[in-house]
Amino acid sequence: MDKDSRDSSRLVTPAMLGFIVLLCTLPLWIGKVGLYPYLGIEILIWALYALSFNLLLGYSGLPSFGHGAYFGIGAYAFGLFQHNIVPSLWLCLMAALGAGLVAGAMVAAFISHRRGIYYAFMTIAFGQVFWVVAIKAHSITGGEDGLLRIARLPADFGFANIDLADNTALFYFVLAIFALALIGLWRLVNSPYGRILQAIRQNETRAAFIGHNVWLYKFTVFSLSAGLSALAGGLFAMAQTSAFPDVMSLHYSGYVVMMTLIGGGLVSFWGPVIGAALFLLARDIIGAVTTGWMLWFGLLFMAVVLFKPEGVAGWWQGLRQRTAGMSGNATGFARLRALLGGRA
Amino acid sequence: MSALFEADRLQMRFGNRIVLEDITLRFGPGELCGIMGPNGAGKTTCFNVLTGRYRPSRGQVRLDGEDITGLRPHEIARKGVSRSFQIMNLFNDFTARDNIVTALPGLRRRGFDVSHAVAANSAFADQAEVLLERVGLAGKGGVLARSLSYGDRRALEIGVALAAAPRILFLDEPTSGLGSDGTARLAALIGSLKGQLTIVIIEHDMRFLFSLADRISVIHWGQVLAQGTPQMLRDNEWVRNSNLGKLQ
Ligand SMILES: Nc1ncnc2c1ncn2[C@@H]1O[C@H](COP(=O)(O)OP(=O)(O)OP(=O)(O)O)[C@@H](O)[C@H]1O
Ligand SMILES: [Mg+2]
Repeated sequence: MDKDSRDSSRLVTPAMLGFIVLLCTLPLWIGKVGLYPYLGIEILIWALYALSFNLLLGYSGLPSFGHGAYFGIGAYAFGLFQHNIVPSLWLCLMAALGAGLVAGAMVAAFISHRRGIYYAFMTIAFGQVFWVVAIKAHSITGGEDGLLRIARLPADFGFANIDLADNTALFYFVLAIFALALIGLWRLVNSPYGRILQAIRQNETRAAFIGHNVWLYKFTVFSLSAGLSALAGGLFAMAQTSAFPDVMSLHYSGYVVMMTLIGGGLVSFWGPVIGAALFLLARDIIGAVTTGWMLWFGLLFMAVVLFKPEGVAGWWQGLRQRTAGMSGNATGFARLRALLGGRA
Repeated sequence: MSALFEADRLQMRFGNRIVLEDITLRFGPGELCGIMGPNGAGKTTCFNVLTGRYRPSRGQVRLDGEDITGLRPHEIARKGVSRSFQIMNLFNDFTARDNIVTALPGLRRRGFDVSHAVAANSAFADQAEVLLERVGLAGKGGVLARSLSYGDRRALEIGVALAAAPRILFLDEPTSGLGSDGTARLAALIGSLKGQLTIVIIEHDMRFLFSLADRISVIHWGQVLAQGTPQMLRDNEWVRNSNLGKLQ
């Protein structure tokens, strides 16, 4: 077996282990480089969100452009569950995950026979519906004022009850969830399920005529992606101790697309993680110099789409090796085009 | 001989355009059947109805006596009906080996087994190797499908269709775009499969079809105009008057 297939059979790859170990040391040095632990929490949450999103965009070739809806639903579910039902961290996180799964399944039931530009439009439309509901249902969500006083509930392990009010403690908690999700997603994309998703991305017709139930795969992967995005949203509500509708807007839904593409989600498992980190670092570092940081990041995004759709991860892969027959750049362009082309 | 696959009085209309008038076909076990007819005759549409892409407006499709009319493509495929397409249809980002593995029934059955590592499954790899060799692609398993030569891609399409472990295989113009060497190679490949499963081939290359087929059906204007052994068809009036006559 070559290195790639060895890695794809592993529970934890060396790169993953190295990355997680590095993250474990983050609270020790992040202050020294002029940043702060809360940024670490944000990066992990958005990286989890972008990884879930990339199950659709990069692996299945399904453009979901209203994905902020599920992130927001998770945030509200986390807050509403602890306010109205029971303030247990585990149950609140389950509620966030469950709410995302259900909302995702509802939408997926309507769109899973589509692909390409139709799919993109319908995901936007449904995303807008959820966003408007979050704003209008003032008595439940607090509307534009937000859902406030969401507590950072303690992590109760039975034998120990760990307080997460402090940012460093919360960082390690979010890191643990992120690591589990990272491992789970790595197994998923390298399983028969992940293989069939990639087959569907490349050629839906061929996949159906060798016996794969294309609709069911598209339905389940959308639901799963929405569920995990909502889990990230639940963690976000906990981190900022509140939930607001803005993360559900089209505007914010665009951020996760930008992160994923810039990082290289079209060609790499790690793309979304790289992209989320770059995005938030740019926000803080360029944002410290100019309030127009989004302009610069937007220009970077345009440059990536126009010239380097394989993103940072693809560019890095290209430095290390050339994929036989086709450069990462050509692969990036082909996949970008296929996303909205909607063949078959 | 009892038929493995039967199509009874199929009609296919799109709006008020009738593409298949009245098609009745029988394919026996192990038979190699050819389908010919001019461009636009309805041959591909016929395959699309037989394999579940379209539901016929009238008529019935049976596999081994079971009514499969109106089932979805993946349901029909799971019963052992496999096909290739007139326009090249591969998973271009996958290697030749992964194209085959993706079509294996073993992988399909584990489709929701999300903890299983495809790369660690040596049975998948072994089955793929056997199939690659069978279609003449031994040693090319690691090449991306998009990087294979045109002839190799045509062979891989057959490999993918075979990987799904079919009882009946529909091939839509498998030699289209191939030169004479490529056609000869494909004829040898299909000849080597003959008898192991039922094969139905749409083909414009008459030399190819007449040398391989047990029986040939001629489709024109959405109807079966003539059918019989290659010898019988040589004597058929329509066939003699068509460009086929040039063959003899
Ligand atoms: N989905 C459809 N809607 C409307 N008309 C269709 C559809 N599919 C096929 N047709 C028409 O049916 C006719 C038969 O097409 P078909 O592709 O079956 O021909 P064919 O015999 O395979 O021809 P060729 O040898 O060129 O491949 C054509 O006139 C085509 O335009
Ligand atoms: Mg045709």
